[in-house]
Amino acid sequence: MSLSEQQVQQIITRSHETGDYSALVELIPYARMIGMQVTRLGNEAFFTLPRQDINIGNPVLPALHGGVIAGFMEQSAMLHLMMFMNSEVFPKIIDFSVDYLRAGLYRDTYATCQVWRQGRRVGNVAITAWQTHSSEPIATARAHFKLD
Amino acid sequence: MSEIELRARRFLSVLRHCQHLQMTVERADEDGLVLRLPYSDQIVGNPVTGVIHGGAITTLMDTCCGISTVCYLPEFEICPTLDLRIDYMHPAEPGKPIFGFAECYRVTPTVIFTRGIAYQDDREQPIAHVVGTFMRMGKAVDPADLGKRIDQGDA
Repeated sequence: MSLSEQQVQQIITRSHETGDYSALVELIPYARMIGMQVTRLGNEAFFTLPRQDINIGNPVLPALHGGVIAGFMEQSAMLHLMMFMNSEVFPKIIDFSVDYLRAGLYRDTYATCQVWRQGRRVGNVAITAWQTHSSEPIATARAHFKLD
Repeated sequence: MSEIELRARRFLSVLRHCQHLQMTVERADEDGLVLRLPYSDQIVGNPVTGVIHGGAITTLMDTCCGISTVCYLPEFEICPTLDLRIDYMHPAEPGKPIFGFAECYRVTPTVIFTRGIAYQDDREQPIAHVVGTFMRMGKAVDPADLGKRIDQGDA
């Protein structure tokens, strides 16, 4: 199942050219498994995690698994960096910190990212995830990525 | 099998996403919890190298820290995650399972502080270090009696 670097490069390049990153998301098995999607609107990007049975943690509420919410946020941050840096490679995660503010119910979840600092070697990204309104996040997170 | 290990297994068995990832309990006692996450193609984060996605490791460690509370609490309580921080030491080696270890290093009436590591062959060379804080909601906050089901084995 592993792809050559060249195949991946081609898809990344095409995504940057067209502004449609769905093929890139499809390329990442984890992103495909949790079912996330990306929409680019001008210079902004929105990430969506449609509700999906296998993403449930606590079945009684039911609620999404906190780890899936975190994984979605981490992947959103990584894609966001790639999109706006025109990066040809996957940034590598250094650290990730998430605060859970509300239960992530069994609903569609959205995320947006803010790059606070992008150096030559390291990027700092803040991520907000919400379900009903962006002013009522279910989780906020920040991550550092190695860029080179 | 000890009561603690039984409760940890039942707890893990109700978490749907963990079942999807085929996580299992390796060990659970008064000293903490060890979970196992098998390697699979669906949790790969880098399609070129086959390295597992950080999100799968976060899920393993959130679950591990969360379930480690049963090693320290006399009865099951719902303990949602307040926050979780992961520091990645080096990428996981493709094709091999990842183990998560977690322990509670401070239990108060309102919060539980946990810490742990993710590792593969050598516990002295962790893939990641983790700290997580969990909120104690008490036994009362469990509308569907998930705790009773886990304590009594109906889950």
